[in-house]
Amino acid sequence: MEIFNAEGVFEVNSADETLKLGEEFANNAKPGTVIALIGDLGVGKTVFTKGIAKGLGITENVTSPTFTILESYYGGKMPLHHFDVYRIGDVEEMEEVGFDDCVYSEGITIVEWAGIIEEIIPKGTYVVNIAKDLSKGNDYRKITITKTTKEGYLN
Amino acid sequence: MAEINILAIESSCDETAAAVVRNGREVLSNVIYSQIDLHTLYGGVVPEIASRKHIDKINQVVEKAIADSGMELKDMDAVAVTYGPGLVGPLLVGVSFAKALAYGANLPIIGVHHIEGHICANYIANKELEPPFMCLIVSGGHTHLVKVADYGKYEILGKTEDDAAGEAFDKVARAIGLGYPGGPKIDRVSKSGNPEAIKFPRAKVGGSEYDFSFSGLKSAVLNYLNTASMNNETIVTEDVAASFQQAVIDVLVGHSMEALNQYGFKKFAIAGGVASNSGLREAFEKACAERGIEFFLPPPILCTDNAAMIGSAAFFEYERGLRNGLDLNAVPNLKLGERWYE
Repeated sequence: MEIFNAEGVFEVNSADETLKLGEEFANNAKPGTVIALIGDLGVGKTVFTKGIAKGLGITENVTSPTFTILESYYGGKMPLHHFDVYRIGDVEEMEEVGFDDCVYSEGITIVEWAGIIEEIIPKGTYVVNIAKDLSKGNDYRKITITKTTKEGYLN
Repeated sequence: MAEINILAIESSCDETAAAVVRNGREVLSNVIYSQIDLHTLYGGVVPEIASRKHIDKINQVVEKAIADSGMELKDMDAVAVTYGPGLVGPLLVGVSFAKALAYGANLPIIGVHHIEGHICANYIANKELEPPFMCLIVSGGHTHLVKVADYGKYEILGKTEDDAAGEAFDKVARAIGLGYPGGPKIDRVSKSGNPEAIKFPRAKVGGSEYDFSFSGLKSAVLNYLNTASMNNETIVTEDVAASFQQAVIDVLVGHSMEALNQYGFKKFAIAGGVASNSGLREAFEKACAERGIEFFLPPPILCTDNAAMIGSAAFFEYERGLRNGLDLNAVPNLKLGERWYE
């Protein structure tokens, strides 16, 4: 059986498959893992996060943190910190919402719209880029997972 | 009846607000400093969430609320403050300020749940309203269908599984180029659109019978826009807005009416920022009138985040004997109906 390699290009054709990929990622994730989620509105960033939560055994429903900036879940085998930084105007505000406390913890941290706070994204972050290709249908997604090699860069 | 005057402070999100409320139903002053107006000036997409904005404003907002009430701090019976849910930084500004104020004036503190405050806005707007009733809270961050069994006693019947209703408005507004804030803009544009033009899905979800889901609707709107532009079809913004808004309204009204029927409630209230949506108000007025249900709704000034609603909620807690101390802390993910000290 193939050992799941987190880095790579994955093609999916439904929200369910995106969820399963998140679940598989979580099954293999170590404490302290940081994930930067990149992709347009409605591409399935929250769906991928729901998959991660499922993989961690979190039964609580994962809701969008767009207005709350951060939602944390403690019901699984490790904590899950889910950020949506769309509303962040200044990187310094991340300190006030407890970004460092989450990133340097034993939990998994997911950041939606990570490009906004690129300069503080740590080295070794998994960048999960979800893209549509409408020529392949409304539900097709190309999910590219890479790992950063420098602090402050997404690629 | 003795007069109980409460100074209330709210700083859980974008607004810094203070108010003085008498006996839970009479607003003596209501001051709101919103960061949203400021940001709309700059082409406004990103409301600042920084705690320092609250720190800059809270002193003058509270001073004005006291001055406007025609009273002094020493005339108050308690200081109330929102302690959750919300962003930890902004919440801490309000909680710390309230504690310092209460300590200096030797007054008790009352911690209030933000959403419970929204529900209590109805007690201000409708002096005769008493529990039990059912309430739908719809805002940028929350979508809750709640049974109000008694003052301070709440039971959640349904909530969103993904996006809040207000968030769906904002995101769809962004996608069709209407900008921020999405709710009022979609509401306005919808008036000249056809709500039947496009059939968007009305999602039923797997969890609780009364749970909501708006993420699928958002995707359906995006898919519609993508398909239309690929086929070079003309996109009528007004029709997209009106059809989307109708889909949200249908689900909110549908769930609420089913729950009212199942639990046999004769009174129904709405609250929260999205409760200002004119299409939603009209749909609820009609649906309630058809079923002989008494419908309550606060005016827009009490739907937005404000401190008067916090002062109202605090009064009913005060009446139940609650007095928090200096150990009150911010609880960013406080659940509705929860009490941190219980």
